[in-house]
Amino acid sequence: MAYSDKVIDHYENPRNVGSFEKGDDSVGTGMVGAPACGDVMKLQIKVSDTGVIEDAKFKTYGCGSAIASSSLITEWVKGKTLDEAMAIKNTQIAEELALPPVKIHCSILAEDAIKAAVADYKAKHEG
Amino acid sequence: MAFDFSLDHFALFALPRRFALDKGGLEAAYRDLQVLYHPDRAAALADADKRLAMQAATRVNEAFQVLKSPLGRARYLLQLAGVDTQEETNTSMPVDFLMQQMAWREQVAETRAAGDVSALEALAQTLQGETRQLELALADCLDVQKDHAGGALLVRKLRFLEKLEQEIGDAIEVLLD
Repeated sequence: MAYSDKVIDHYENPRNVGSFEKGDDSVGTGMVGAPACGDVMKLQIKVSDTGVIEDAKFKTYGCGSAIASSSLITEWVKGKTLDEAMAIKNTQIAEELALPPVKIHCSILAEDAIKAAVADYKAKHEG
Repeated sequence: MAFDFSLDHFALFALPRRFALDKGGLEAAYRDLQVLYHPDRAAALADADKRLAMQAATRVNEAFQVLKSPLGRARYLLQLAGVDTQEETNTSMPVDFLMQQMAWREQVAETRAAGDVSALEALAQTLQGETRQLELALADCLDVQKDHAGGALLVRKLRFLEKLEQEIGDAIEVLLD
């Protein structure tokens, strides 16, 4: 199966690889995994006082499509509010990266990861 | 020539419908059915019966493959209970489990890069132990507690380990080549 140029670009030059301090109050961490392919994805967001995502980092073990999906979504969420980040759909990622049907689940993983990161951040800031 | 295609895999081999398995019993029942529907034996039959024997043999093989694998057996039991294991759709695993998965994958990548076959073999051994623990938990969950949701989660965990064990196996093979 051939990867699209965009997948190869993100795979060879992944953006925003790394991690933030988990205990930092301004950081939300999302961890998800795909049982069928064994992929594991950690996605972190750093949120400003005004509720805007200033920075994002990821660490993914998985296929090229999973790495590209997480790399792309970390680029997309920067500058977005939490609500805007929550509105990102896996279909947008799949379309941007031209993922074939068998790799759609990689984009779902990235969507679930950002949702989990936002949920973690919100949980830290409730009451 | 008669074959009841409505039987579930357990009934086909006259085994109780549960996760804990009498392996010898499964293998003996499988051999008996294999002989019964073997193509050599069906060769003298009319065409319709030949086809039936072939379908029966295929079905017997499929059922055996499913039941002999702990993962396949657990998934099948849940399927019989109408429970989807969500291996394709459920991405929310317990965080400590995913942290461990990530740490192991890091370890595989590092030892692979370092060409350290014995470290990979040690890791494979650790994973076999973990797999065994999950299988014991599955027996308790499915046969004793009858906890379907818990069983489905264990199936998903087992699936992660299976994939990782494959990757370690592949890495060892590449290094030994």
